[in-house]
Amino acid sequence: MARDMSDKEILKMELEQLKKEVSTPRTPVNANCADTIAFVEGLAPNDPLIKGVPDDKNPYKGDKGGCIIT
Amino acid sequence: MCDQTFMAATFGPCDSCSKPSPLMNIYIKNEATNYCSLCVEMMACQGLQKGETLESLKRESETLKKKLEEERNKLNDVELHQVAEKVEVLSALSIKTRRVLKGHGNKVLCMDWCKDKRRMVSSSQDGKVIVWDAFTLNKEHGVPLPCTWVLACAYAPSGCAIACGGLDNKCSVIPLSLDKNENLAAKKKSVAMHTNYVSGCSFTNSDMQLLTSSGDGTCALWDVESGQLLQSFHGHTADVLSLDLAPSETGNTFVSGGCDMKANVWDMRSGQNIQSFESHESDINCVKYYPSGDAFASASDDATCRFYDLRADREVAVYQKDSIIFGASTCDFSLSGRLLFAGYNDYTINVWDVLKGTRATILFGHENRVSRVRVSPDGTALGSASWDSTLRVWA
Repeated sequence: MARDMSDKEILKMELEQLKKEVSTPRTPVNANCADTIAFVEGLAPNDPLIKGVPDDKNPYKGDKGGCIIT
Repeated sequence: MCDQTFMAATFGPCDSCSKPSPLMNIYIKNEATNYCSLCVEMMACQGLQKGETLESLKRESETLKKKLEEERNKLNDVELHQVAEKVEVLSALSIKTRRVLKGHGNKVLCMDWCKDKRRMVSSSQDGKVIVWDAFTLNKEHGVPLPCTWVLACAYAPSGCAIACGGLDNKCSVIPLSLDKNENLAAKKKSVAMHTNYVSGCSFTNSDMQLLTSSGDGTCALWDVESGQLLQSFHGHTADVLSLDLAPSETGNTFVSGGCDMKANVWDMRSGQNIQSFESHESDINCVKYYPSGDAFASASDDATCRFYDLRADREVAVYQKDSIIFGASTCDFSLSGRLLFAGYNDYTINVWDVLKGTRATILFGHENRVSRVRVSPDGTALGSASWDSTLRVWA
């Protein structure tokens, strides 16, 4: 646990982690962003918060919760 | 130099070499000891060596960090909003408060949706955990817990149990029953034990395993039945404030963010820290995986939210505005990933266009800081919890 470790131990831990990370495989931002955009574009037409849901299908809109007194 | 002239208040055997000589009162690691001047000199030299090692470690760390930055920058040819220039601008959003859930006596600290898309669980500073039906505003269960500040709560994937934890340093699982008269607090089972407060909890794909993050700087994976620690994750150098599991069915990674300004991605099976991102300027309050699983967002006290791409291993977007000066405490994505909802300490929820980096709209309504926002599992609504002791459902 970090608060129990001395500064030296914390630095050693960070150092080992950095050594591992320098060699992680990476792909260019261009390609990844294009992928992300394609993903979003594919799903966006079905996103209820963006395109809205017709009032009769939306359980939150409309006057639910009222009662009819006869 | 007359540094050898000193007031010898005591004369006797030195604590380290046992030779009788004038002793100097010094403090080593907060303990008073008496060393003769020769031993003090030797120790000072050793201290220097230790200092040197600390220095050389720091230097090595800095060089590695620079190298990491270079490697990452090599692939940084373009920013997300530039690639997204051709994307259509979002039409005006019509999101409004549809439900206000009142019932907590004090600040609501956390909330989570059930997979059935209508139930929510929320936990509060007053020690109560309440399960609501968001359609009808009915309170289905209310569990009083012995500790205050229940900082984390989560719904099990089956909908049959909830987990909650906070200042009691534990995370407990409570099975929900249909019988209204049953005393749920009695069936509470402590699963996770940490040495400091539990800041976040989440069930994995099943009801059987629980992942928790804690103020003691670690995250841990527990078996619910036996309470056994399956894996622990060390690497943060300060409190861990939030965690989120990768969305895929076979997902075995999760991301955590903490007060050391770092967001770390972990492999659940090996306990290894796979990737680490340090670009925030203050505590990271919340991390959330992107629906595609290849990216995640973080919300921080530095008033920005940032978007990190895991395959490119770098930050690709920053969501900030000069007019926003209060920290963001929570964030969540809409179903498609086009919108990022972020709750801030200035009582508002800002809705960001993830691709273009601009703010789409602001949601006003809460009367105190927003502690948690969560989009419902089918994406039809946004639930928000706030320190004004209410929860709101927006749709």
